Amino acid sequence: MSAYSWLAGFAQTAGLLYFVGMFLAIAAYAFWPRNRARFDEASTIPLRED
Amino acid sequence: MSLWNKHAILEKNSIILTVGIIIVVAIGGLVEIAPLFYLRSTIERVEGVRPYTPLELAGRAIYVREGCYNCHSQMVRPLRDEVERYGHYSLAAESMYDKPFQWGSKRTGPDLARVGGKYSDEWHVAHLANPRSIVPQSIMPGYAFLSQAEVRPEQIEGHFISNRRGGVPYSPEQVANAWGDLRAQVNPDAPTLAAFQSRYPGAIVRAFGGNTSAAANGTVTEMDALVAYLQVLGTMVDFRTYDARANIR
Amino acid sequence: MTAQAQKTFSLAEAGSMLAFAATALLSLVIAAGSVDQGYTFHALVFAAASVAAIFLIGNRYMARPVSIPLEIDGKPNYNMEPVKFAVWASVFWGVAGFTIGLLIASQLAWPALNFDLPWTNFGRMRPLHTSAVIFAFGGNVLIGTSFYVVQKTCRARLAGEIAPWFVILGYNLFIVVAGTGYLLGITQGKEYAEPEWYADLFLTVVWVVYLLVFLATIWRRKEPHIFVANWFYLAFIVTIAVLHLGNNAAVPVSIYSPKSYIVWSGVQDAMFQWWYGHNAVGFFLTAGFLAIMYYFIPKRAERPIYSYRLSIVHFWALIFLYIWAGPHHLHYTALPDWAQTLGMTFSVILWMPSWGGMINGLMTLSGAWDKLRTDPVLRLMVVSLAFYGMSTFEGPLMSIKAVNSLSHYTDWTIGHVHSGALGWVAYVSFGALYCLVPWLYNRKQLYSNRLVEWHFWVSTLGIVLYISSMWVAGIMQGLMWRAYTALGFLEYSFIESVAAMHPYYAIRALGGAFFVAGSLIMAFNLIMTVRSGEEAEQEPAAALVPAE
Repeated sequence: MSAYSWLAGFAQTAGLLYFVGMFLAIAAYAFWPRNRARFDEASTIPLRED
Repeated sequence: MSLWNKHAILEKNSIILTVGIIIVVAIGGLVEIAPLFYLRSTIERVEGVRPYTPLELAGRAIYVREGCYNCHSQMVRPLRDEVERYGHYSLAAESMYDKPFQWGSKRTGPDLARVGGKYSDEWHVAHLANPRSIVPQSIMPGYAFLSQAEVRPEQIEGHFISNRRGGVPYSPEQVANAWGDLRAQVNPDAPTLAAFQSRYPGAIVRAFGGNTSAAANGTVTEMDALVAYLQVLGTMVDFRTYDARANIR
Repeated sequence: MTAQAQKTFSLAEAGSMLAFAATALLSLVIAAGSVDQGYTFHALVFAAASVAAIFLIGNRYMARPVSIPLEIDGKPNYNMEPVKFAVWASVFWGVAGFTIGLLIASQLAWPALNFDLPWTNFGRMRPLHTSAVIFAFGGNVLIGTSFYVVQKTCRARLAGEIAPWFVILGYNLFIVVAGTGYLLGITQGKEYAEPEWYADLFLTVVWVVYLLVFLATIWRRKEPHIFVANWFYLAFIVTIAVLHLGNNAAVPVSIYSPKSYIVWSGVQDAMFQWWYGHNAVGFFLTAGFLAIMYYFIPKRAERPIYSYRLSIVHFWALIFLYIWAGPHHLHYTALPDWAQTLGMTFSVILWMPSWGGMINGLMTLSGAWDKLRTDPVLRLMVVSLAFYGMSTFEGPLMSIKAVNSLSHYTDWTIGHVHSGALGWVAYVSFGALYCLVPWLYNRKQLYSNRLVEWHFWVSTLGIVLYISSMWVAGIMQGLMWRAYTALGFLEYSFIESVAAMHPYYAIRALGGAFFVAGSLIMAFNLIMTVRSGEEAEQEPAAALVPAE
């Protein structure tokens, strides 16, 4: 099997699952309702002065 | 105690973040780079590619030093017009001893991957000294100063050892005779010529920069070296015997 | 602490003085044995810089109080002196780098300007231009703003007293050594990684200290959360270190020679180079400047970022995807096809996080678009996002193999790079510099907002001339190279395509001249802000203000 077809097969299965999985995990972390308050708080960090 | 614990976790977070970044950026690099070292199909099996002679290697260093790669590529793509304009498309094998590679990214001037043997030495010397004397519309800078600069021993001595450490198969004999071989290649009357030719079968011997009497006295100019390099570019593989189908990747 | 505390040499002071003494000695040994005049010069520069460093540390010891407080009256005692240095270094290198760019653009239009001397020829000047604008101008902006932002968003003083100065001064020394090296013919011959082995080693030391200063400042933070701009800065610092080490692995000919040979060869070296080269774009020119966006645009607009949660997705998606895009620089070359396909795929996907980030920045202004009329600095930064969006659309387009077969090796690429470099990187940097100078020097406002308007319009005109002429030039080149006559012969010789470029090269040089003029207006405005600007009102003493 050529390197190309092996890699194409890998990318279209394991690689795809890996990237979709990572994306879902990050999106879940970012949009988890319980994290919302924390991130809203964090977004005001530059605006606070001392 | 609880405050201390909390603080410790926070401190760790920046480390976790750093490690996470390293892991994330490592994956893409590893997948794309590592296979190139162990997939045998990466570099075609092909006859004729040899490491550069001392004169060619010194010439190559001048090519790098002057930044020729900023305007000239050394990579013919397998596209109809390029193959017709420049010659057979470039193989990975043809640059397997190139440190660094000089494929380039811009063609302000033409591709040079197959420039070897296309023009005479006299053409190259005159063109390098004053490009517009040969090609009136050229925008290339002039390199007349190369004919004035003598190649010094330190421009080759030790260089073969560095190349060998990086995997170029120079023999101990080639390493030991580098400076003598550099001067022999510009002087067809050199007493060491036979030894040089046995070390580098097929290498061209002549006063590339055009100054035969200086070359006979053992004086080599940077013009000699650069033209020697240009004249060997793309000439090592005999494409009449190259089987493209055997190397499909 | 007792009132009679004795002033003593700190470990950092004593240790760095010893290290500099050793460096000075080593440099002199190398200068004595060097086989190359340029290398001797560099060794002497390192020796002189080391001696100067010892002197400066000694001077600082004499002048400093027994201990430097981390807080004064409950407020962080920020260390903004290294930031000020970086600001002026950015202004200087920006003007210098743009001017050299104008010179080499003119050389392509009028080749007599090469003067045919070794150190003035295009081949040596072009790396000087790219390094001056990317690493000198961009690098100083990044180091300066990162030191500012990390302190402000962590509410903590910059870690270390000598280390931040070592980072900023050492980095600029690296720039001087690298740039003079190119002119003297000392180069590795890898694009955007031209400095030779000894400059690379020195930069590695500087960079590790930079990472440590940055991390140690984060460890001091009063905020529980690490603000997202710092994530981008961290990704920039860490990834550039990885790329630098991978791409510059080399065997020097000897310690007395400036020349080295890269350990990689041919196709593997090509892959390493563009893995480095494209991620220098991704992590130096993008991630670092996105950090600037995430702090300076909200700060200037006085509104929080549109969606902090989108910024988190943006961050991870961007660094996940960017690292794969390198092979699109090697389409149709001797690089195996599987690597080219991977590079193309990820380059196209990269369009999405890029635009996600752009939208996040732009939407920050929703409900406050009127500020664009009154604040030219904010306008500069918002336009930079528009250019970012444009070049991150053009980039994926050009990474498609069919498009690339036309665009590669032509001036289209040069135009694309400059729409990103001038429109995005330089504009967001100008915006940050216009913000920082009044903040750092406690000025009410800039010397002149009208001059910012002039800077904006003059340089925008320059960019438009630049990129439109390069689009035409590049596409024309690509079409001329592949044009056939009715009889099936190549229609044009190569030199005909060169001759056809002349008017576009002239227009490009004109555009460059406008951009240089704009940067000079900025330099004048910033200097006058410090020299004659009105002091901002002194904030009331912190002790009198109740805690928030």
